[in-house]
Amino acid sequence: MAKLTVDGTEVEVPNGASVLQACEAAGVEIPRFCYHERLSVAGNCRMCLVEVEKAPKPVASCAYPVADGMVVKTDTAVVRQARRGVMEFLLINHPLDCPICDQGGECDLQDQAYSYGMDHSRFAENKRAVKDKYLGPLVKTFMTRCIHCTRCIRFSSEVAGVAEMGATSRGENMEVGTYIEKALTTELSGNLIDICPVGALLNKPYSFTARPWELRKTDSVDVHDALGSNIRVDARGSEVLRILPRTNEDVNEEWLGDKSRFSHDGLKRRRLDKPWVRQDGKLRPASWPEAFGAIAAKLKDLPGERIGAVAGDLCDAESMVALKDLMASLGSQNLDCRQDGAALEGGRRDFYTFNTTVAGIEDADAILLVGSNPRREAPVLNARIRKRLNQGGCPVAYVGQPADLTYAARHLGDGVAAMEDAAEVLRGAKRPMVIVGQGALRRPDGAAVLAAAWALAASVGALTPEWHGFNVLHTAAARVGALDLGFLPGPGGKALPAMLGGGVDLLWLLGADEFDTAAIGADTFVVYQGHHGDRGAARADVILPGAAYTEKGGTYVNTEGRVQRGYVSVQPPGEAREDWAILRAFSAVLGKPLPYDSIQDVRDRLAAVNPVFKTLQDLPHRGCTDQAGPSGDPAGVGREPLQPAVPNYYQTNAINRASATMAECTRTYAAPVLQAAE
Amino acid sequence: MNNVETIAVVPTILRRGGAWFSALGRPKNAGTKIFCISGHVNKPCNVEEELGIPLRELIDTYAGGVRGGWDNLLAVIPGGSSVPLIPKDICDTVLMDFDSLRDVKSGLGTAGVIVMDKSTDVIRAIDRLAQFYKHESCGQCTPCREGTGWMMRVMHRMVQGRAEVEEIDTLEKVTKQVEGHTICALGDAAAWPIQGLIRHFRPVMEERIAQYKAARAPRPMPMAAE
Repeated sequence: MAKLTVDGTEVEVPNGASVLQACEAAGVEIPRFCYHERLSVAGNCRMCLVEVEKAPKPVASCAYPVADGMVVKTDTAVVRQARRGVMEFLLINHPLDCPICDQGGECDLQDQAYSYGMDHSRFAENKRAVKDKYLGPLVKTFMTRCIHCTRCIRFSSEVAGVAEMGATSRGENMEVGTYIEKALTTELSGNLIDICPVGALLNKPYSFTARPWELRKTDSVDVHDALGSNIRVDARGSEVLRILPRTNEDVNEEWLGDKSRFSHDGLKRRRLDKPWVRQDGKLRPASWPEAFGAIAAKLKDLPGERIGAVAGDLCDAESMVALKDLMASLGSQNLDCRQDGAALEGGRRDFYTFNTTVAGIEDADAILLVGSNPRREAPVLNARIRKRLNQGGCPVAYVGQPADLTYAARHLGDGVAAMEDAAEVLRGAKRPMVIVGQGALRRPDGAAVLAAAWALAASVGALTPEWHGFNVLHTAAARVGALDLGFLPGPGGKALPAMLGGGVDLLWLLGADEFDTAAIGADTFVVYQGHHGDRGAARADVILPGAAYTEKGGTYVNTEGRVQRGYVSVQPPGEAREDWAILRAFSAVLGKPLPYDSIQDVRDRLAAVNPVFKTLQDLPHRGCTDQAGPSGDPAGVGREPLQPAVPNYYQTNAINRASATMAECTRTYAAPVLQAAE
Repeated sequence: MNNVETIAVVPTILRRGGAWFSALGRPKNAGTKIFCISGHVNKPCNVEEELGIPLRELIDTYAGGVRGGWDNLLAVIPGGSSVPLIPKDICDTVLMDFDSLRDVKSGLGTAGVIVMDKSTDVIRAIDRLAQFYKHESCGQCTPCREGTGWMMRVMHRMVQGRAEVEEIDTLEKVTKQVEGHTICALGDAAAWPIQGLIRHFRPVMEERIAQYKAARAPRPMPMAAE
């Protein structure tokens, strides 16, 4: 630890910290443009200059290491003059277009110009103008505004792992870009918009839409992947205009995947805003009582075992527990949440969660991925693996289709059998991790793969009371919550495949769109409760319009088993209602009212079903005390090559299939149209 | 990393001893230096001499004197293009070592002596240096990236006199804003020549501005009846 004085305040900071960090510890805010906590230090904007006693000239505090006994002054005439000088230089070639700039109101340059800017310009020459660059369908550029802080360059090469951004030319002719104009091939490109301190890199779909001070900001949780990134939903009126990440060091740090950030335009398209009932083979708009009446009529005299329910990938825990209770009151044990047929069983929680935790990745010293491509399944988690790799001493190997994970990973083979070779990668490691993806579990031998992966983890010492190195990486935001609730076939109940093909007479789909609805028996009466007119709704006999994740207060459990809650940002459109309330209302129509009347009652019920729902956010450190593995037989592993769980990152659920932005991304990245000359 | 000059002097020091070497020159400015004399001299050359040699002696002895005689001298940049120039009256007496040149607000730098006689347009000369430093700036840090271009453009106008007198002060302040605020020394190097120009040749700059204004002063409009 080094002791130093900042503006008369004594602080103690670790050796190797920068003067800027010391100043922050002392509660002194240092203006900066190029410095970013999660990126390497560049020291090039010169805005963070401070005076250090005995130094001949002002020093860049972000790049200057602390020393014991150092005396730092941040508010002297020299420092103020230096910062004013830097600010003037930054502004001479920066356009004075704040009134038409989307960054206006949340611009670092604008904010700091209040403190250090001049009231007039002494610069009488022509300003520089730079041609805008094409960076893909998500990031809009306005390069004349660039102040050359190089944050975007450092972000793309260090965090995103695609060394595509760089600077060409030098001096004042320096331009930031990709040199060869093409879309950035990263799933994290939206973060460039956040880290750009000025309006050079902007949100393309959000262009000229709103001013930040007009927006209503609501904390929420992302549902587009199973990481449960913390987000802030910005809305105006009834419209979600943009989604930003919210800092949570344990989950997403301050990053967000592109799908999670840009899919919100899907919330305005293909919405189910009124109930529909199928009459003579065609769906027609109906009222809530009509819709409920049609279902109640069908349910009459139907025995419990002929009724089934499937929970989708985006469901909140509240609606799932309500549906589970409704099914119980109807005497049905036919529940399933595994639309993709993943061989996951309830019971022991560490068989289906990411036990190491996302933050725990940084402590791992060897990683094996089995049937998982985290870049597509949870890009922010992938960035965390990359972050661990950058620190060195952590080999990564994977089993599955060859893929570019943005870091050096050893490809062991396509089939599960190649896992055998992984032992040498993992053995010798003190804290090895095995990450099993859904690509490995949604196969006929999924249970065997799960058991084999567990056995491997046990054999390489990944399962100790101090360290739990067995991880399941989910792709569905609702999955862990559903497994925690036991949204699984009860005793004698049918799983999804058995419910299809006429296995049940009434099938209740709670936002379930990710299975082949054509396989539902022709005579099965389908109730679709959800928010988008997707596959499930197309097959439905009755549609009950529900709320999307931004429209309801919902509890979600991420792949780690972390219970998180989002809040209502906008109201559901038209006659759509919160899902638990729909189920509660329907239960009253049946004359078997569910025993809760408020969201708090539902949450009390959740906690009664599984005590994990009692704690929000807090995720206790987990070791493994019981090495007994899942029920599958490791010997039953098949020889088929593993298939990726997410073939197209941009379109995985009903919301992003309705999003024009995601369709554009799919055209650009997942299925690019080749030009003739190529 | 060592430059050739350092390595070249090592054998002699080893042969003759450190005491001999440090006896050359003045205290704290001991030893020899390779001077590179260029510009308006009769015989440009590279020469190793004792530190602290008077500038006039250096030029007269080794470079064949200033073109047209010592009195035709306008100014000298004594330490390579990055240090401020010194006018003739300082050149008359200054010694070529670190401390003496620092005392006259210049520097020995690389000891690249650039001699300019009275035929030189000194503003144009410094403008050329500003252009050089703008071209050399890498663009990494703000003051140099933005400042070198700004200084160069103002200098371009100063050459013609197409400026206001107050802009000389602005230019000087800009050089001060660049100096000492950059990552490397290129920012300082870009600022110093201009500071030297303003320090010693401000009247020339003001005169240039006045000339430009006079040449473009509106002529009185002839009246119809005249």
